[in-house]
Amino acid sequence: MKSNLKVFLKGIIDVSPLMIPVVPFGLIFGVLAIDVGFTPIETMAMSLIIFGGASQIVLLQLFSGGASSLVIISSVGAVNSRHLLYGAVVSEHLSDLKLIWKIIISYFLIDQAFAISNEYLKKNKDHNRYLHLVGGGATCWVIWQSTTFLGIILGSAIPEKLGLSFAVPLTFLALLVNDFRKFINVIVIIISGLVATFGYNYIPFKAYVIVAALAGLFTAMILTRKNKKA
Amino acid sequence: MSNWALILYCGLITYLTRFSMIALIKKEMFNDRIREILSFVPSAIFPAIIFPAIFINEIGLIEIDDNPKILAAIIAMFIGIFSRSIIATIFSGLASYWFLIFVV
Repeated sequence: MKSNLKVFLKGIIDVSPLMIPVVPFGLIFGVLAIDVGFTPIETMAMSLIIFGGASQIVLLQLFSGGASSLVIISSVGAVNSRHLLYGAVVSEHLSDLKLIWKIIISYFLIDQAFAISNEYLKKNKDHNRYLHLVGGGATCWVIWQSTTFLGIILGSAIPEKLGLSFAVPLTFLALLVNDFRKFINVIVIIISGLVATFGYNYIPFKAYVIVAALAGLFTAMILTRKNKKA
Repeated sequence: MSNWALILYCGLITYLTRFSMIALIKKEMFNDRIREILSFVPSAIFPAIIFPAIFINEIGLIEIDDNPKILAAIIAMFIGIFSRSIIATIFSGLASYWFLIFVV
């Protein structure tokens, strides 16, 4: 069995290449949060408390559009629901962990650390293998907090006419690059996008994110069912 | 609700999703059909952020003409499809946008 430190360091090394896109994401978040009117302390607290890029950007986007707190919180919940699938995969590797470790690891269980450690957990059965996930998560934590901090500082220096808020749709577009290659996904993307755009002014309480997501999922349900019969 | 309460609740819901993933959800709780549907969640939810941010202007109206964000997003999408790189997608989109508003 490898030493605890070695497994932890392996997690850091394995996750490092995935940290490259996190840097602009963190900077953009820091800059935009100041831009929409959060204080530097609140912005830093968002990264420390929420520690989730997509959650935090959705919060900003809806907050700046004047959505109510209830809609913002439920939209953040909807964005996180994509993680439920991970649970089904990763929980079997972590089932023998003490509850206290599950409580700690949950804070660090972000996309990048999950993606990398899932491979490691599949191949290794040592009982300290979860430290790989902690190493990857901790690396991402350091990068996310420091880029948020830099973004807060840069925020006041970046001119508004650069239109950096356009980085928000680009960042989410980047998360979909693999889905553009699949036909059903493309249909789902178009349906959800159209419902959100045309419903923006008509769906009450700025709940357009949730309504559009449900329309997209419903489309996926219909299309995948037809697919199987054919 | 104060900004602080909003941040705390959003943090709580994000944390609870992650905790339920490793502590509550078991593999057998999802059949293949539910898994298949869940795999579409990113495609169903991210466009709801992407499209309005591109097509809707500051005063809340749909803007198609004279909107450089549309072309920049299309360029970014194609760069993304071919490069499969998150960073190339973001930077090609921003670079095209700046080119369109400052140079063209």
